[in-house]
Amino acid sequence: MIVAIASGKGGTGKTLVTAALAEVWPRPLVAVDLDVEAPNLHLFLHPRLSPPEDAVIEVPVADPARCTACGACVALCQYKAIALFGDFPTVFPDMCHGCGGCLKVCPSGALTPGSRVLGEIMDGRAGAIGFLMGRLRIGEALSPPLIRQVKARLAEGLAKTAGRVDALIDSPPGTSCPAVAAVSGADVVVLVTEPTPFGLHDLKLARHAFAALGVPVGVVINRAGTGERRVYDYCRASGLPILAEIPFERAIAAAYSRGETAIGVSPGLRDIFDVLAKTIRGLVVSVKERTAAHA
Amino acid sequence: MTLIAITAESSSLDAPVDPRFGRAAGFALVDSEAEGMTWLSNAAAATMSGGAGIHAAETIAKAGARVLLTGRVGPKAQSALAAAGIAVEEDCAGMTVREAVSRYTAKPAKAERRP
Repeated sequence: MIVAIASGKGGTGKTLVTAALAEVWPRPLVAVDLDVEAPNLHLFLHPRLSPPEDAVIEVPVADPARCTACGACVALCQYKAIALFGDFPTVFPDMCHGCGGCLKVCPSGALTPGSRVLGEIMDGRAGAIGFLMGRLRIGEALSPPLIRQVKARLAEGLAKTAGRVDALIDSPPGTSCPAVAAVSGADVVVLVTEPTPFGLHDLKLARHAFAALGVPVGVVINRAGTGERRVYDYCRASGLPILAEIPFERAIAAAYSRGETAIGVSPGLRDIFDVLAKTIRGLVVSVKERTAAHA
Repeated sequence: MTLIAITAESSSLDAPVDPRFGRAAGFALVDSEAEGMTWLSNAAAATMSGGAGIHAAETIAKAGARVLLTGRVGPKAQSALAAAGIAVEEDCAGMTVREAVSRYTAKPAKAERRP
């Protein structure tokens, strides 16, 4: 079972929820940080990490001596990664999305495959929990290819265990390509929000974006007790189950600032995450049973 | 003659220099030895999500410009302009097109600099 913890709004508590869930989730489990632009799950799970491995994307390298200046690559590229000035092709590796199209259309063999480093992938263990993360290179604009490579690594690992291992994914915020790349393929999506106008606005976006994935979606309301009731009204009206409420407590923030999960703050919080873990598993199981009954 | 491209907010020698290069409204093309100007619109850049600087460098290179006067050029546009062999003079923001050209033609050797 793959559980994606996502949100519309940033800073709502995705990592807080992921880290606390990881502590109470039945083993075997792998925790995955796909918020590659600002990974921080490791700060709470304290994994022992492998040396980082570079993740790369294929970019063209031009050989001006073989280039006939036909312009086929320039015409094909939608990202301005290749330009012709006079008879000389100039490659802008930062602009390249790695589609490989220019290499295919070049009739003279003037383009050969090179690479650009997207970032790094690290794996490791935090006690009994497996751990996997990506970290985007500073200055790199494209996070989805790195996210997909980390997910491919996860899929390899999960395949070896024949579905016995669950995965909790800490997703990037928002509803654009990085978030969709992280969340797609999950069996259930947990949207963390807060009861504020901003939380509500971005929850709506997230619901619309992720409903298209066709998997169960539930909501965790963080900082419950602050703000207003409109998030609750919206969830009720749109049939989004509220899976848990995490109270707004100074002690949680204090623990978080020390790199501790919310589990240790109070027995009440441990109970909240225990119930949340069971509820999430229930959501997936009920869908699987319904699917099986229809089959 | 040298063809000079100046980023401008509109098609006039008295228009303000557009401080942006890739997303300038357009380019005033001025011949260093002749009167008048030609206008190259850069409206296409408005809808580009990225690569506007590279696109702009292609545009003025195709037009035959050898010198660019503008406000500020980004790093990718800078390498594109270097590849195209176009000399760049930045810091023309706040001038009119005419003023930027006069300053350039008055002391070309000193003002010219390759990125």
